[in-house]
Amino acid sequence: MKDNLLIQILLLFAPLSFLTIGGGQSIVADVQRQTVNVHHWMTDSQFLNLFAVARLTPGPNSLLVTLVGWQVAGWGGAILASLAIFGPSSLLVYALAKLWERHNGALWQKAVEMGLAPVAAGMILASVFVLLRSMQGGLLAWAVALISGTVLLFTRISPFILLGGGALVFLCLRH
Amino acid sequence: MDSTELTGTTQPGLFKIFIVFTKIGLTSFGGGLSGWMMLEFVRNRRWLSETEFLSGLALAQAFPGVNVVNLAIWIGYRMGKGPGALVAVLGMVVPAMFVAIGVFSIYSKLARFHVTNILLAGIVAAAIGLSLQMGVRAARRAASSVVPIAIMVITFVAIFAFRLPLVLVVCVMAPVSITAAYLRLRNKTVAK
Repeated sequence: MKDNLLIQILLLFAPLSFLTIGGGQSIVADVQRQTVNVHHWMTDSQFLNLFAVARLTPGPNSLLVTLVGWQVAGWGGAILASLAIFGPSSLLVYALAKLWERHNGALWQKAVEMGLAPVAAGMILASVFVLLRSMQGGLLAWAVALISGTVLLFTRISPFILLGGGALVFLCLRH
Repeated sequence: MDSTELTGTTQPGLFKIFIVFTKIGLTSFGGGLSGWMMLEFVRNRRWLSETEFLSGLALAQAFPGVNVVNLAIWIGYRMGKGPGALVAVLGMVVPAMFVAIGVFSIYSKLARFHVTNILLAGIVAAAIGLSLQMGVRAARRAASSVVPIAIMVITFVAIFAFRLPLVLVVCVMAPVSITAAYLRLRNKTVAK
């Protein structure tokens, strides 16, 4: 049963490894759909807890996937999930780094860079709205996310201040 | 700033590469990681020229994989070929992984309290704002003409409104978009 679970984790995240275009943000929507709706490994709010911890702690935010693995199947799950999400794409990029050096400035290089950009942008924004839709916070959550996003766009403020501010706003208005 | 000739003069050892990436992995709270890496590798340590770093960044963003992990591989590869790339990724991911799991296990104990959940919801909402501003920046950069804007909107609607699986959406949209970009670039070259 446990082995089965580990294999499921591997099969779930390895293909997603190739889809983490942009930041790790682009796959959040799908990780949520698979773990909550398809596999029923956790509830929406459990998932959001993992998301928050992944954002709070330093390092790549895709460590969300590591945490999902840990929550579902302990250390084995964490290690397998990390290997699955970072491994395949890393090997691909390693191969491409070599290729890139050889064909510097080719037309196809620019086409791939240009072509992936709008797809990544659409994915990142969709992930944002999928997350907000699944949040229990309602209008307040949308407002905090919008304000924090806007502030970050126009200032060089530390994100930590905004995370603290979000916590404070929720504490004052919902407690 | 022309620092091209600096490259190659400083060849850090594998252990040094590992330590520097660990430092980045453990101090990079909340995002903006690539800017931080640029400061560390270009300005502080001069392991790379600005041009080298930026072309690496473009590659890391354009290709599948997590940006910062891709960038670590690219820089690590430049510093120490295959082994360099490996220690760079391990340094960035593994220590941060232990921290995340550690924080989370404290979290699940605190999660029983009502206040914790409220605070957490506020933090999550603000953290979604980080993704939002990144999405807006990415959109702004990508929205150069009608075709990329259309591709962006279709991708968004397919995932958010129609709730289609990501794999499907990307497998359709990426080839279309890359082909469109290729044709656009080729026409531009022909026109010249």
